[in-house]
Amino acid sequence: MPTNIDLKALSQLPDSKGHFGPYGGRFVSETLMAALKQLEETYETLWRDPAFQEEFDKDLAHYVGRPSPLYHAKHLTEHVGGAQIYLKREDLNHTGAHKINNTIGQALLAKFTGKPRVIAETGAGQHGVATATVAARLGLECQVYMGAEDVQRQALNVYRMKLLGAEVISVESGTRTLKDAMNEAMRDWVTNVDDTFYIIGTAAGPHPYPKLVRDFQCVIGREARQQCLEQAGRLPDALVACVGGGSNAIGLFHPFIEDADVKMYGVEAGGYGVETGQHAAPLSAGSPGVLHGNRTYLMSDEGGQIIGTHSVSAGLDYPGVGPEHSYLKDTGRAEYVDATDDEAMDAFRALTRIEGIMPAIESSHAVAYAMKLAKEMDKDQIIVVNLSGRGDKDIHTVAQIDGINI
Amino acid sequence: MSRISTSFEKLKKEGRTALIPYVTAGDPAPGVTVELLHGMVEAGADVIELGVPFSDPMADGPVIQLACERALLHNTRLLDVLAMVAEFREKDADTPIVLMGYLNPIEILGYQTFAEEAKKAGVDGVLTVDLPPEESGEFNQIMRAHDIDTIYLLAPTTEDERIKYICEHGSGYLYYVSVKGVTGSASLDVQAVADKLDLIREYTTVPLGVGFGIKDAESAKAVSAVADGVIVGSVLVNKIAELVKDQQQIAPQVSAIIKDMRVAMDS
Ligand SMILES: Cc1ncc(COP(=O)(O)O)c(C=O)c1O
Repeated sequence: MPTNIDLKALSQLPDSKGHFGPYGGRFVSETLMAALKQLEETYETLWRDPAFQEEFDKDLAHYVGRPSPLYHAKHLTEHVGGAQIYLKREDLNHTGAHKINNTIGQALLAKFTGKPRVIAETGAGQHGVATATVAARLGLECQVYMGAEDVQRQALNVYRMKLLGAEVISVESGTRTLKDAMNEAMRDWVTNVDDTFYIIGTAAGPHPYPKLVRDFQCVIGREARQQCLEQAGRLPDALVACVGGGSNAIGLFHPFIEDADVKMYGVEAGGYGVETGQHAAPLSAGSPGVLHGNRTYLMSDEGGQIIGTHSVSAGLDYPGVGPEHSYLKDTGRAEYVDATDDEAMDAFRALTRIEGIMPAIESSHAVAYAMKLAKEMDKDQIIVVNLSGRGDKDIHTVAQIDGINI
Repeated sequence: MSRISTSFEKLKKEGRTALIPYVTAGDPAPGVTVELLHGMVEAGADVIELGVPFSDPMADGPVIQLACERALLHNTRLLDVLAMVAEFREKDADTPIVLMGYLNPIEILGYQTFAEEAKKAGVDGVLTVDLPPEESGEFNQIMRAHDIDTIYLLAPTTEDERIKYICEHGSGYLYYVSVKGVTGSASLDVQAVADKLDLIREYTTVPLGVGFGIKDAESAKAVSAVADGVIVGSVLVNKIAELVKDQQQIAPQVSAIIKDMRVAMDS
């Protein structure tokens, strides 16, 4: 990591316009500008309001089940032979992933602004389920946009959303995955902006979304920092998290930004291998551009068209990434690497068999890289891996890879 | 004076409203576009908005999304669109052309290169849907240095202070999006549009074009009574979609729609 960056300043971004260095910002059509400004004002007021904080914390404790454990995975550590691997168990949250931290927060914002309807985009369906869940609880009308391809590969979550009372809208345009679901959600929002709150599922999109999603997810890193100090008596040497849009990763990383000795590794979806072009790794293999309301690293061709992505995991199958990660990359504060489909599946099986924990395929990317990294580190060093979600939703995909029809 | 300002001045003197058709460049095939542009001018178009195809047109409804997909089937890129403008300019030195699209293709090409190439091709204005004035300081400056107008959107949700701010940045004309929604969605409410335009005129003398929700000669006429420019897109693009298998018919049939609107607007 370069030694000349001001870590305190880095941790205080974005600036008032939502910029993280050259990234972030608010690149949307005019119709949405007023709504975003209003959201920003509401958020800035409520986030400082003790009553809001108290309600948020209470929901996280009693509804989500926080704090989530930090589990010392001794068997996996022994199996790998190297640094001590600790798992931040976001998979144990209500609804099975970190996504609920953010939807609880945004649903509270929706409630305070009096909007009767919420919409969301979803890839793996975890954010869709988390949104449908909070909508059910608060009595809000809920529609979830999901790429047609993802509707197929995450059928279980589609049905969960329906049971929760949400309507799932299958998106047939473009590449029929997460980015297209996000396009469609934006189109809905532009049309119904007066009565609709758009609950974005990751730390991307126009300002203030990257900031507020991060703030809601930072509970992961704050807890992990505290738990690591309690259990190991010191801070970890490295953090590892998978990066789709980047919400679970930024939630873990952010509270550690000023801890200069803690290394951070974001793991993107390497798909069939970054060298094949069939992947979803914009930070590893893309370049800066503008999509979905923010400037960030993207996968686009030389004409500026967004390229189709590939990943075995629907939740990572996205050509962009949250803008804060782009800046953490450029400043060198975090490092971005990838794990291929095969590496992720191997890690899925390893964690399942060795620790009895079945991770989401998204999270398996982080586990895969952590296993590699641990080998190169000493036994007295510590890696904290964000186990962002559980694997139940992926059983069909795994079975299919095994040639089994459930 | 820019070609855009000249056109609006002339129309004003004649007591007429500008008719501004939108089509997506390269839809359904690259060979169709230039002839179509000439046809539309002949039928009475005053300014042309030429869409630059983009893979993720977030502010567009299904009609223009599909147009982008058809154009991208032939890989029509920003530089190809500029080549079409240059070809159009060989026979038409007067009709202003405004490129309409999304930022990423321009961002990837680079603002400076884009401005130089666009100027060379004969582009007069650029409307980038996802580039509000807040984010366009550098862009606006470079366009200005190349005498290209930066056209901004105003929406029903744009409040007074912001109207003023946008008016200070835009040139050529301002594009009032008449409905909350994507292109090709609901019909507009002429009285609401008229009220908003009155408000906007308190802040600017730049001509005001109105788009989204103009579906036929009747609505074009109604809007022309209150606006300086009438922008039509989805109706034309829909016609193009119907004629994908009969491409010779595209220029004449789209031009016929323009002609009807022109006649209605001028009567
Ligand atoms: C379990 C899990 N992890 C990670 C992700 C990726 O999202 P993000 O990068 O925002 O954490 C998803 C998205 O669906 C997910 O379900």
